[in-house]
Amino acid sequence: MEGRSTVITTRKDQVSKINKMSSKRKPIKDIYIIIISLVLIMLIWEIFGRQINPIFASYPTAIFFAFFDLMEGGTLVTAFGQSVQPLAVGYLLAAVVGIPIGLLIGRYRIVESAINIYVIAGYATPLVALIPLFVLWFGLGFGVKVAIVFTLTIFPIIINTTDGVKAVPKTMIEVGTAFVASQSAIMRKIIIPATIPHIMTGLRLGVGKAVIAMVIAEFFTSISGLGGIIINSGNNFDTAKMFVPVIILMILGVGLTALVGKLESIVAPWQDKMTKKHE
Amino acid sequence: MANEKVHVRQISKEFIVSSKGIEDRITALQDVSFSVQEGEIIALTGTSGCGKTTMLRIIMGLENQSSGIVEVGGKQVTGPGYDRGMIFQHAELLPWRTALENVEFGLEVKGVSPQERREAAKYYLELVGLKDAMNHRPTQLSGGMKQRVGIARALAIDPDVLLMDEPFGALDAQTRETLQDELLKIHEQTKKTIIFVTHDLDEAVLLADKVVVMFPDPGRIHEIVDINIQRPRNDVIAIKGSDEFNQKRYYIWKALKTAASSTVGV
Repeated sequence: MEGRSTVITTRKDQVSKINKMSSKRKPIKDIYIIIISLVLIMLIWEIFGRQINPIFASYPTAIFFAFFDLMEGGTLVTAFGQSVQPLAVGYLLAAVVGIPIGLLIGRYRIVESAINIYVIAGYATPLVALIPLFVLWFGLGFGVKVAIVFTLTIFPIIINTTDGVKAVPKTMIEVGTAFVASQSAIMRKIIIPATIPHIMTGLRLGVGKAVIAMVIAEFFTSISGLGGIIINSGNNFDTAKMFVPVIILMILGVGLTALVGKLESIVAPWQDKMTKKHE
Repeated sequence: MANEKVHVRQISKEFIVSSKGIEDRITALQDVSFSVQEGEIIALTGTSGCGKTTMLRIIMGLENQSSGIVEVGGKQVTGPGYDRGMIFQHAELLPWRTALENVEFGLEVKGVSPQERREAAKYYLELVGLKDAMNHRPTQLSGGMKQRVGIARALAIDPDVLLMDEPFGALDAQTRETLQDELLKIHEQTKKTIIFVTHDLDEAVLLADKVVVMFPDPGRIHEIVDINIQRPRNDVIAIKGSDEFNQKRYYIWKALKTAASSTVGV
């Protein structure tokens, strides 16, 4: 029996060693594959892009030169500012308003009965359809962009926060009750920390929604910012120029999402594994 | 010893369970009465569904009884209080807090100053032998260590009565035995009154002064068995070999076995 158990343990050791080795090796391999893949796609894009009429498509080097073109006059920087400011304000407002609403809906049945239907309705409705109304209310400037970003972002934040509160195990709340914690102490010391991973998921999903909302807002309202460049370049059949803000928006979305992810591991370092499960 | 600490008087608890429109009245506890002297250890044991955990939760104030009275230190229980400290089956530590911060939890909620509660938490972590793991998060602790933190957390508010809901049930046999020894030591040091729920008859007889044997359908007390093993119970090996231990263990086991087979017969 002893012999057998040692065999089993050594085998386990080997398996864990192999796992460790492969997990160490993997990231390096991944990076190579990513680079090769990017280079290949760029090459293919460049070769085929050059064969097509520049009105219908563009190619990496043309976009690259268009980027410098736009940078020169300061157009791009100004547009970036015009876009990012309402994006940030609308997004932060959605977080500041949405998280408490989500916490209350998740925690109190009365609040849930009273307002959850509107949250579900708001999440399901294509809110883009309300933009004409928003224009009437907020005009064509900064305000309407903030309002559109806010409206499209707040619902995923609320819904994820609510889900998070509901996922808090009853026994965990009971610990608070057993130690005579008040409702507010249970909220602050148990429910909020336990819900942080879900809140972060909501915030991360919110980033994508917010960027979309911002571009749509710029299409339909003042035609400014990065969305404005897209529309104007499109109208001028300057496809290369049109791609520049598209790529910037893509980088912005990826960057902000990564930033929220980073924030998550700072705010909730204890639950890295659990949050990964939620994705 | 003559001081009565916990008095349970004619506690009944009924649930109404409705499934598919049919309402069913379930009597979880029927007319349960017992009392616990100061410094005593009492075990509640019985087959599943006998209401032992429900009884413990009523004493803690986490659940309401349908009728009857629970008194702790002469005061009627109407909800949770700092005179009772609860130890949960799966420790239920807060994963974002370190061991030390978990032990501080009760004191923090109570409004004790940060410095004072840190001191107290350190003292009790040392008492349960976890001084070195003070800054570890629950994910870094083994099951046994987690439950030690759970015990320290309950002790930290300095309650008169410790309530333990199958505290070692989720642990492996070796760890369970270590923690049983540990609990006996803690009891010698603190002289706390302890009420615990267990399935494990060895554990019940080894730790308790009285074993409350409960039967299900409806949950009720069958018998309260006195365990006359001298304290301090340091020599576990001698105790487990003794006639008193084995006779009482067999006696309780037989009672539960007969009850179980008669239920199956119905």
